[in-house]
Amino acid sequence: MNLDDVPLTWVKAFLGGGMIGLAASIFLLTVGRVAGVSGIVGGLLKPAMGDIGWRVWFILGLLFGGILAWLVVPAAFDVSMHRPLPFLVVAGVLVGFGTRLGQGCTSGHGVCGLSRFSVRSLVATVTFIASGVVTVALFGGGS
Amino acid sequence: MKSGTKVGLSAFGSGVLFALGLSVAGMTQPSKVIGFLDFFGSWDPTLAFVMLGAIGVHFGLLRRIVRRRAPLFEVKFRLPNRNEVDARLLVGSALFGVGWGLGGICPGPAIVALGTGALPFVAFFVAMVAGMIVFRGFDDSMKRRRSESKSP
Repeated sequence: MNLDDVPLTWVKAFLGGGMIGLAASIFLLTVGRVAGVSGIVGGLLKPAMGDIGWRVWFILGLLFGGILAWLVVPAAFDVSMHRPLPFLVVAGVLVGFGTRLGQGCTSGHGVCGLSRFSVRSLVATVTFIASGVVTVALFGGGS
Repeated sequence: MKSGTKVGLSAFGSGVLFALGLSVAGMTQPSKVIGFLDFFGSWDPTLAFVMLGAIGVHFGLLRRIVRRRAPLFEVKFRLPNRNEVDARLLVGSALFGVGWGLGGICPGPAIVALGTGALPFVAFFVAMVAGMIVFRGFDDSMKRRRSESKSP
């Protein structure tokens, strides 16, 4: 296969994925925890002594990195979404409730859990991708 | 430097790199995510490459890291060690998938995209936190019911 035939978005996806994996690794090496975003946010809603600082700093890092990316490459953000607002509100509630009940999201189960060969994370990842596929099949895709 | 400061700085740095990775990977573009889930329509495999890159790097480094007795700035590793697949895992992940398919946004990008200040992202984030708060109430009432049924 000729390298020129590989779409740039795939290369960027692979590199960006690598950065995500590296970030999760640095987090594990230094703080010793799973870089699962839903769990880190959710834990703040029931704050326990001595369990707040690292969560807040990680979230501030996400926010800061997001602002940085937005300033440098605004095209990386798809602000004119095709989904109407009520869809997004229902989606948000389901994502918040579901990730807490299932104890993980794309980062905690999908990246960190699968890297540890966790059976729970494999089941979770297959489940949320499958229900996502069914949802998009019912409500329509992107284009 | 105090160990709390080191933990904070490491967590912040990891968060920044994580956010930049999500942005480079295209995860802050809901259309790409929905395209990946559009398996029976015009499938966009981009997200598979994100997973491949992320798991490839993390899997390789993780095995070296957990060989240590402890992480650099904390006393021990705190990794999930449960193995059983229960109804909560299945139902929760299924609900998450429905929301993911509807919005094309998962929790990481929901926070990263707040920087845009764009209404759709802000609305999604607020709704997501609301969903987590609803879960807390649900979880608390389940626990109460369980302890009530145990004590006569």
